[in-house]
Amino acid sequence: MTAGGGRERIVNAGLAALLLAVPLWAHWAGEPFTITLATRAAILALAGVGLNLALGTGGLVSLGHAAFFGLGGYAMGILAYHAQTVTPLPLWDLAGTRSMPVIWLVAVVGGAAVAALVGALSLRSSGVYFIMLTLAFGQMCFYFAVAWPAYGGEDGLSIWVRNGFPGLNTLDPLQFFLLVYAVLVAVIWMMARITASPFGLALAAARQSPARVEAVGGRPFRLRLVAFVISGAVTALAGALFADLNRFVSPSMLNWQTSGELIVIVVLGGVARLFGPVAGAIVLVALEHWLGGISDYWQIALGVALLAVVLFARGGLVGALAGRPVAHD
Amino acid sequence: MTDPMTDPMTDPMTGPAPILEVIGLRKRFGALQATDGVSLDLRAGEIHALIGPNGAGKSTLIGQIAGALRPDAGRVLIAGQDVTAMDTAGRARLGLARTFQISALAMEMTVLQNVVLGVAGATRGLWRLWRPALRDAALLDPARAALARTGLTGEAATPVAALSHGQRRRLELALALVLRPRLFVMDEPLAGLGTDGSAAMTRTLDTLRDTAPILLVEHDMDAVFRLADRISVLVEGRIVATGPPDAIRADSHVRRAYLGADGP
Repeated sequence: MTAGGGRERIVNAGLAALLLAVPLWAHWAGEPFTITLATRAAILALAGVGLNLALGTGGLVSLGHAAFFGLGGYAMGILAYHAQTVTPLPLWDLAGTRSMPVIWLVAVVGGAAVAALVGALSLRSSGVYFIMLTLAFGQMCFYFAVAWPAYGGEDGLSIWVRNGFPGLNTLDPLQFFLLVYAVLVAVIWMMARITASPFGLALAAARQSPARVEAVGGRPFRLRLVAFVISGAVTALAGALFADLNRFVSPSMLNWQTSGELIVIVVLGGVARLFGPVAGAIVLVALEHWLGGISDYWQIALGVALLAVVLFARGGLVGALAGRPVAHD
Repeated sequence: MTDPMTDPMTDPMTGPAPILEVIGLRKRFGALQATDGVSLDLRAGEIHALIGPNGAGKSTLIGQIAGALRPDAGRVLIAGQDVTAMDTAGRARLGLARTFQISALAMEMTVLQNVVLGVAGATRGLWRLWRPALRDAALLDPARAALARTGLTGEAATPVAALSHGQRRRLELALALVLRPRLFVMDEPLAGLGTDGSAAMTRTLDTLRDTAPILLVEHDMDAVFRLADRISVLVEGRIVATGPPDAIRADSHVRRAYLGADGP
């Protein structure tokens, strides 16, 4: 996930500008729903950026990232639920909270902890076995959420008022978008640093030639585990924001279809491309909105777009626009 | 590198302790005894060649020395330290620099990125997550020096996938050089090189023994007999002879088992 060559930088800047310009225009034009769509795209992009470190740079095809996404969602849902019902949290006898920074911290720490556990158990395997193990962990979380009645079970959990962030009115769509956008940009910048660091090189090399990493004294398992933990933490953060956007969290966030959607976002935009998930999320949300308004079968169009990318543009949309098939320069 | 005069490992009776000691190594795959009680050592300043017909167990032996394979019995010592239970990464950190028979390189990364990775590995820098590797002079300077020494300076920005076979062999060597090696373990560094490339690589290996001793597995007998200070002959998992090139050339067992009646 390198910053790429000069042309890719221009594509990246264009994507960042587009994602910012659309809601600003919508605010001016008085179309708050478009701002919500842009916020949805930014949050899904954030989840994709998290997944991309594992899937793209690390080559770890996780079909269980919905677990982290949903975990972030439930971190928000549970904390806000106890705040709005003024009941203490189970186990710890602490109060809930409506503060986004606290919720984010819980989501990130929780996501990292679960990713450490899942990674430690599944990274011993590789290829299709790794995919199946992550899928199994994800589905375990899904069924647990469905069966657990305390927080709505299958019906999910509604939050009455969006949580707050110091100094902002998060009920204002544009302000909430700008907050999400700032988080996305900060995390992408962090990912750019990580992937360009010696750790990032070693992680990418472990994907391409594990024997080489061992020969220079590195241990692919540990590198991948740390990448998986960072990846899970970022995706959990996105999940907390997603639940706050909808003021609702349900087991569907944990379902394997959500994992698949995150993979679609990464592949569509460009595997291991820094801004790939941004492009992928914009396209997914745009198709979902426009084509979804025309036909319930809009996902056929998504399938065609995905086929086209996989067959003709292996670098995804960012790769096609930047004209460089290989992400690592 | 340790100074043999002050090195506590030095025994005045027997000279410096070997950099690498392999004692009674055994490895069986099913019915095949691939390594059958192999003992050998590698001393400072020497090239010790390991030769033998195909299927003699050379790669299995190298795998056990480098840490990729666990022996069933026997011990491996690097500079007196028992590393039998240590993994590949641990042995690399002790200074075992391995080159692969089939290049093991990060194909999508550039030549410079590959070598910088090696430098980061050698300096325990793989856990730095924040500073860009290609802007860190502490990583770049040794990497560039190794590229210069292997004649790859002009290819620094080339993706490995675009390199020729010979250039990849040189990159393998550059990656071994940046590891601050105590010993080299090289698996057929001349394989697939043309006459010119082979001659150039032979000259490079000749100068390399001063950097660190080399355990050399090689099929090119001309190069082996020109380079090696000692040669061990491996046949069916057993070392049938060890000695200087002249002695090996004259050894009747070796001639019969391996070199053929009119060998070099």
